[in-house]
Amino acid sequence: MRVLSWLYLAVAYAFVFLPVVVLVVFSFQDGRLPVPPFKGVTLDWYAKVLGDEDLMAALLNSLLVAVVSSLVALILGFLAAHALARVRLPGSVLMRGVLIAPMTVSYLIIALGLLTVFNQMGIRPSLWATGIGHVVINLPLCFAICYAAMGDHQKNAERAARDLGAAEWQVLALVSAPMLAAPLAAAFFLSVTFSWDEFIIAFLLTRFDVTLPVEIWSMLKSGLSPATNAVGSLVFLVSVTLVILLELTIFRRAK
Amino acid sequence: MTLAAKDRRLGWGLVAPALIWTAAFFILPFLAMLALSFAHMEGREVVQGFDPGNYIRIFTDPTMLGALWNSLEITLVVTVISVVLAYPLAAIIAFRVPARWQRLALLLAVLPFWTSYVVRSYSWLLVLGQNGVVNKALLWLGVIAEPLEIASTRAATVIGFVHFFVMLLTLTIYANLIQLSPNYARAAQDLGANRWQTFAHVILPLTLPGVVTGAFLTFVLCIGDYITPQILGGNTELTLPQLIMLQLGRSGNFPLASALSVVLMAVVTLAYFASSRWLRLDRV
Repeated sequence: MRVLSWLYLAVAYAFVFLPVVVLVVFSFQDGRLPVPPFKGVTLDWYAKVLGDEDLMAALLNSLLVAVVSSLVALILGFLAAHALARVRLPGSVLMRGVLIAPMTVSYLIIALGLLTVFNQMGIRPSLWATGIGHVVINLPLCFAICYAAMGDHQKNAERAARDLGAAEWQVLALVSAPMLAAPLAAAFFLSVTFSWDEFIIAFLLTRFDVTLPVEIWSMLKSGLSPATNAVGSLVFLVSVTLVILLELTIFRRAK
Repeated sequence: MTLAAKDRRLGWGLVAPALIWTAAFFILPFLAMLALSFAHMEGREVVQGFDPGNYIRIFTDPTMLGALWNSLEITLVVTVISVVLAYPLAAIIAFRVPARWQRLALLLAVLPFWTSYVVRSYSWLLVLGQNGVVNKALLWLGVIAEPLEIASTRAATVIGFVHFFVMLLTLTIYANLIQLSPNYARAAQDLGANRWQTFAHVILPLTLPGVVTGAFLTFVLCIGDYITPQILGGNTELTLPQLIMLQLGRSGNFPLASALSVVLMAVVTLAYFASSRWLRLDRV
């Protein structure tokens, strides 16, 4: 039984890592196709990718959209969670349902809905339009994380601050938010990674300035190339670094 | 003004921005799409009206019905395989791996989750393609004489999906397993249950809400995904999202695309009601 467990674990890890290992190994391929046989190591593809202006512009666009849309989603989600967790409002169950609802809808449908409305209003596809869509998909996540993190412990601190004469915005900014720093950061970084990697909304709602996934998608159309491997490996490296940093700082402290 | 009334006004003020955003950019667009799904095309012009023609076409045209059927089949197969593969993985990490290594084991098991979604499907193409790693390895080992056609088939789509969702489900199922008090299993064993009985009658029922929640998320994400079938499935068969994108691209038929999306949404809603007894969306 024990041996079987370890064997299963090994096979599972092999399956999970197989595509990533192939991706990274063949990003160093000294040849034109990222498939076996492996012809030797070169960094040419990385140089090519890092010198590609379209790709770098797309990368900056992605970062911008991810950070701005996540901030908006976090602020909206935090305020709503604070209200629904602290104040007894009529219809609060319904409101919670409405705020969580986008989580259960395919991104494709959200994208198509926004495209329909923007078309009818004459708003052209842009990074702004994409950012609006990304707030829609990340707001439920930020709301749910903040709502789950609001405990009675903070409630007393907030009440104390109010009794001592703090205005509500001061309570929010100086008491609630700092006490929830870890979940707030977790919600923010999760949102950033989702937005950063999101394809279909960005694909339908951008035209000239595109995000990184859309740019990678257009690279794929010209067939297999180690350059695509190099981009993929770089994205992987950045995300993994971010995850490890998070693990070592925020989540460790949160425990 | 009383304190409660003041509180309530403040509460409304705080919850309003999020509600307005959701109403303006989620509910309103959905209603607009719903209205558009009853319009029809005359030439390249959209004619508004109340015309159920798009829906009649979806449920009579063999291509459209085929796409709906393909999507359902692929999604169900992927969801079942992913749960069956992820549960033992999560259980081994939760119960066999020493406590201090568990977080690392889990982090490693889901590390490829953080690669770009588009690139992940592309990587599977490199693994499964005609000249890919799997074919080259099998040829070298002498297991096969001719390269296998795996890429551009449904099998490739399913493998690509399962890879992603095994990681997602391992996370959610692990989170459930680790919350279980070991006392339940101990009590069952004291009462004479063997390992299998303990699992089937105690552990599994207790983790069912977590499993169903994970399976529901898998269903939603899988049935709405365009990238994986488009990159890995080739053009042999269409899924619903591919059909929707085809309507948007080639023919600019927004009304039909909207109607197809409404059908997609209806399928997800049905899945939601089928699993709602066990769903805990606020505790993912």
